[in-house]
Amino acid sequence: MAIESDVLVIGGGLAGLSSAISAAREGADVRLVTYKQSTLRQASGLIDVLGYTPDGDGPLTDPYEGIDALPEDHPYRIVGVDTVRDAMSMFDEVVDTYQGGHTDTNALLPTYGGTVKPTARYPDGASAGLASDDRDLLLVGFEAMPDFDAPHVAAHLRAAGVPFDVRGVTIQFPGELMDDAKVTRYAKLLENNGPVTVRGRERGARDALVERINPELEDEPRVGLPAVLGDDDAAGVRAALEAELGVDVFEVPATPPSMPGVRLEDRLFEALDEAGGNFESGNPVVSFDGQDRVETVYVDKQDARIPFSADQYVLATGGLVGKGVESDRERVYEPIFDCYVPHPEDRYDWFDEAVFGEHPFAGFGVDPDPELRPLDAGGSPEFQNLRAAGSVLGGYDFAAEKSGSGVSIATGYHAGRIAAQEAQ
Amino acid sequence: MASTPHVLVIGGGSTGIGIARDLAMRDLDVTLVEQGNLTHGTTGRMHGLLHSGGRYAVSDQASAKECIQENRVLRDIASHCVEMTGGMFVKRPEDTEEYFEKKLEGCRECGIPAEVISGEEARKREPHLAKDIDKAIAVPDGAIDPFRLVVANAASAEQHGARIETHSPVTDLLIEDGEVVGVEVKHKSGPGIRVHGTEGGTEEIRADYVVNASGAWAGQIGEMADVDIEVRPSKGVMTIMNIRQVDTVINRCRPKGDADIVVPHETTAILGTTDEEVEDPEDYPEEQWEVDLMIDTLKELVPMLEEARTIRSFWGVRPLYEPPDVGSEDPTDITRDFFLLDHEERDDLPGMTSIVGGKFTTYRLMAEKISDHVCEQFDIERECRTADEPLPGSEDFSVLRDYMEEFGLRSPIGRRSVERLGSRADEVLKTNEPNPVICECEGVTRAEVQDAIKQSGSDLNAVRIRTRASMGNCQGGMCVHRLASELHDTSVDGDTFDEAIAREAWDELLQERWKGQRHALWGEQLSQAMLNYALHATTQNRDNDPADGEPVDFAAFDAGGDHVGDASGTDVAADGGETDGY
Repeated sequence: MAIESDVLVIGGGLAGLSSAISAAREGADVRLVTYKQSTLRQASGLIDVLGYTPDGDGPLTDPYEGIDALPEDHPYRIVGVDTVRDAMSMFDEVVDTYQGGHTDTNALLPTYGGTVKPTARYPDGASAGLASDDRDLLLVGFEAMPDFDAPHVAAHLRAAGVPFDVRGVTIQFPGELMDDAKVTRYAKLLENNGPVTVRGRERGARDALVERINPELEDEPRVGLPAVLGDDDAAGVRAALEAELGVDVFEVPATPPSMPGVRLEDRLFEALDEAGGNFESGNPVVSFDGQDRVETVYVDKQDARIPFSADQYVLATGGLVGKGVESDRERVYEPIFDCYVPHPEDRYDWFDEAVFGEHPFAGFGVDPDPELRPLDAGGSPEFQNLRAAGSVLGGYDFAAEKSGSGVSIATGYHAGRIAAQEAQ
Repeated sequence: MASTPHVLVIGGGSTGIGIARDLAMRDLDVTLVEQGNLTHGTTGRMHGLLHSGGRYAVSDQASAKECIQENRVLRDIASHCVEMTGGMFVKRPEDTEEYFEKKLEGCRECGIPAEVISGEEARKREPHLAKDIDKAIAVPDGAIDPFRLVVANAASAEQHGARIETHSPVTDLLIEDGEVVGVEVKHKSGPGIRVHGTEGGTEEIRADYVVNASGAWAGQIGEMADVDIEVRPSKGVMTIMNIRQVDTVINRCRPKGDADIVVPHETTAILGTTDEEVEDPEDYPEEQWEVDLMIDTLKELVPMLEEARTIRSFWGVRPLYEPPDVGSEDPTDITRDFFLLDHEERDDLPGMTSIVGGKFTTYRLMAEKISDHVCEQFDIERECRTADEPLPGSEDFSVLRDYMEEFGLRSPIGRRSVERLGSRADEVLKTNEPNPVICECEGVTRAEVQDAIKQSGSDLNAVRIRTRASMGNCQGGMCVHRLASELHDTSVDGDTFDEAIAREAWDELLQERWKGQRHALWGEQLSQAMLNYALHATTQNRDNDPADGEPVDFAAFDAGGDHVGDASGTDVAADGGETDGY
C-alpha cells in the first residue's frame, strides 16, 4: 500500500517548504519528502527578491518594479507580481524572525566578501548591520576563522563607499578551540555560555568574548560578528551580548555551513509542522509510475522501494547545486521524471569565458506553463499533476539577479496553492 | 670584461631557472627575467611525470638513458618535489606483443629497471585497471611537482646571489657592434616582488652573455635580433581528475599516440595528452574534442574514468625544435631532444645562445650543458654541482615526525604540509599564532600561505603554485576570498598590500581558476561551478562589487523598520532593545 496524501512535495529547500506550507494552509493533506540537507545550509539566510536586472542594472531599490521589466519566461513573470507579493506575505507570517516586510524597498547588507548586497528580507540578527543605516560600526573577526577577516571586510566596505565609519579588528576567540573548529562549535559555546579556559581560569565563552570585544570598542553603536551567534536561540545570544556590550550586535551572513541558513530551515520545518504538514527526510525519490499523470513515486529506503502516492506533486529538487538538474558530457536533464531541460547542444556553449559572464548554465532548468507544470520539448505539460518550484525551474540567473530566495518562495507558494486547489 | 661575468637568462621555466642556479653555484653573476610567474610557460603546464625513460625506450634511446639518469638525480636533490609512485606500461589485447617485447628490451638496453607482471598482478597494484589488461611492464616512473621544483631552484639560485625578476617581459635585445650586450625589460610592477597597482617601468640590464631559455617563445626573442629560431610549438591537453583513480603512473604500451598516460599528482590524477602543432604559443584553440578524447581513450585502461569527475583541463605548449633540414610533417615525429644554438657560430651574432627543445625530466642536465657552454665563453673551468647539492627543502629530509602534535595540525594536513615544505617545514610552520586551514581541499594552512606571500608578493597565482591553495576539487570556491584576506594588510619588503591590491589579486585568481574549469563543466563539476558562482555572486555579490563600480545611493535603501538610522549613536541601549523584538 502506498503512503497517500493530497499533495506530495519532493524537496526540502526553500521552494519545497514554501510549497508544502502554502498547500497545507489551503487545507490540503501534504507530505514532503527530502533527501539530503538542503542548499539552505549553503545560503546566506538572506531573502533576496530581485537586486539586479538581467542586464546587470542595479542595485534596484524596488524589486517589484524590476519584475515588470523581466523577460516573459522569467519565473516571476510567469507567476505574476501579485503572486510574488502574496508569497512574501506568507513568508512574513510564518517566519517571525525576519525583518524587511515593512517596506517594498530593498535593504543593503554587508557581505563576508566586503561588498554590500540588496535583499528584501533579513534575519533579526542581521538587522543592525544595514548598510543604509549611517551609524558607525565595528567588525570583529576571530583569528582562527579565515572566512571573515574583519579588517579586510572593513577596508573593502570603505572602498564601497558606505555612509559610515567602519573599523575591523581581529581577536582570538576565548578558550583553546582547535584552529579549524566548526561554526556549530562556536555557536553552541556561545549559546550555552559554555566553559572555556582563559589564562587557567574557567569562564563562560560569551562572558569571555564580551571582555575581549569591550576594549576594542570606541564609540561605535553597533558591532558585527561572523554568523556564529547561537544555534537554536540566536535572539537570546544576541540580547545577552547587547546587554553586556551596551551596543547593537549583528551577524554578517556567512559562508557555508551557514548558521542563518540552518536557522531558517529549522523555522520553516516548524512552520510546516504547525500548518499540519508531514515530512520525512534522508531518502531519495528514485523513480515513478505514470504516463499522463504521475501515479506513484518511489523512495529508496535501505534497499526497499517505498511507494508514495498523491493526487498532485510538486518538484522542488533544486537546480545544479541541489542536483534537481544534472548533466553529463552530452546533455542536461532532470533526473527523477526526465522532464525536458532546454540547453544548447554543444557543452562549450553552456558557459561564458568570463568568470562573472552571462552563463547559460545558470539558467538551466525546466520550462513551465503558467501553472508551473514542466513542459516537454513540444510545449505540452509533461504530466497533468506535476508542478515545479524553485531552482529546478530554468530561465533565470538567480546569482546575477540576486533573486534566488524570492523565486523559490513565489513559485513554491504558487505551485503549492494550485496543487492544493486541484486536489480538493 | 668584468672579472666576474654577468649572465642574463631569459625564461623562468625549468630550463632557465636550472641554468640560473647552475651558473650562480659556479659563482657567476646571474640575472633571470621572466615575463610572467615562474613556470608561466610550458613548465607550469605539464602532466607532472618524472620519466623513467620508458616512454622513449623504443623510439629515442639517448633520451631514455638521460631520463633514467636524471630520474635518479632528482629523487636525490629534490626529494620533497618527487613522489615515487612507480609506473606501468599496460598492454591491452589489441596492443601488439611485438611492441611489448620491444619496449621491454629497450628498457633493459637503456638501464631502466623493468619487470614484467601479469594482468592479475597489475590489477592487484592498481585495482581500477581494466579487467582485460593482459600484462604490464613495471618501471620507476614518478610524479614531480614542477612548481615546487622551480621555486626551489629559484630559492637556491638566489641564495647563491642570483637576481630573479618575474613579471618582466623582455621588450628588446641590446645589440652593440653586432654583439648582444643585454636586454631591455618592462617591469609590470617595478623590480622585486610583484605588487599590484605599482607603476612599472623599463630597465636596461647589461650583461656579458645572454642565454635565451624562453622555450616556445624563443623565436620571438630571436626576432628582436633578426635571427631565425624555428621553434615548432605543439599543444597538448591535460585533464585533471578530482581524485587519484590510480596511484601509479599508467602508460599505454603501444607506439606513440594521443591519450596514453595517467599520472597521479598530489590529490588528483592527470590525463594526457594530445600533440598538435600551433602557430602562436600564447593564442591557440583549446578544444572540446581533446578533453573528450582523454576520457574516451583512457577509459580503455581505467574504466571508471568514464563516470569520474574532472575538475579542469589545461593545455601546455611543447617548445619543439628540429634543425630546418629535417622537416617532420607530424609534430609527434619531432625529436624531444634539446638543441643549443650558439648564435655566434650560427648567425654571426656573438653574446647569446638559445636553448630549445628538451624535456622537463632532464632540465638539470640541459642546464649543466648550457652552463658549461657559457663558462667556456669566459674560459672558466668550474665543476657543475647541481647534481650533488640538494635543493632547499630537500636537505636531510625525514618526514616521519609527529607534526600533528608539534604544529597543532590535524594529521592529514600536517602530513601534507610537511610533504610540500620538506625540510623547510620547521621554519614555515612553527608559529605561535593560530594557523587555520585556508584551503581545505589541499590542506594548506595560513602559515604556508604567508610564507608564499613573503616570496612572491601580491600575486595570488604565485601563492597558488607554491602552496597548491585553490587547486583542489572546489577550484577556489571556498578559499579565494580567504587568500585575498591573507594578502590584505600584509607587508613584504616594505610594501603593504592594501585593500585595492588585494581586490585586484583576488579578481585575477578568480578568473585564472575559471579558465581551466570551463573544460570540465558537466556532472559534479558543473554543480560545483554553480555553487561557486552562487557563493561568489549571490552571497558575496562580487559580480556587482560597489568598490569597483558606480557609487551606490545608500540613502535610497531600507534603513530598518524599528530603528531609523540613529547617527548620533547615543541612544544605544534603546536600539539594542528594539532590534531584538522582545
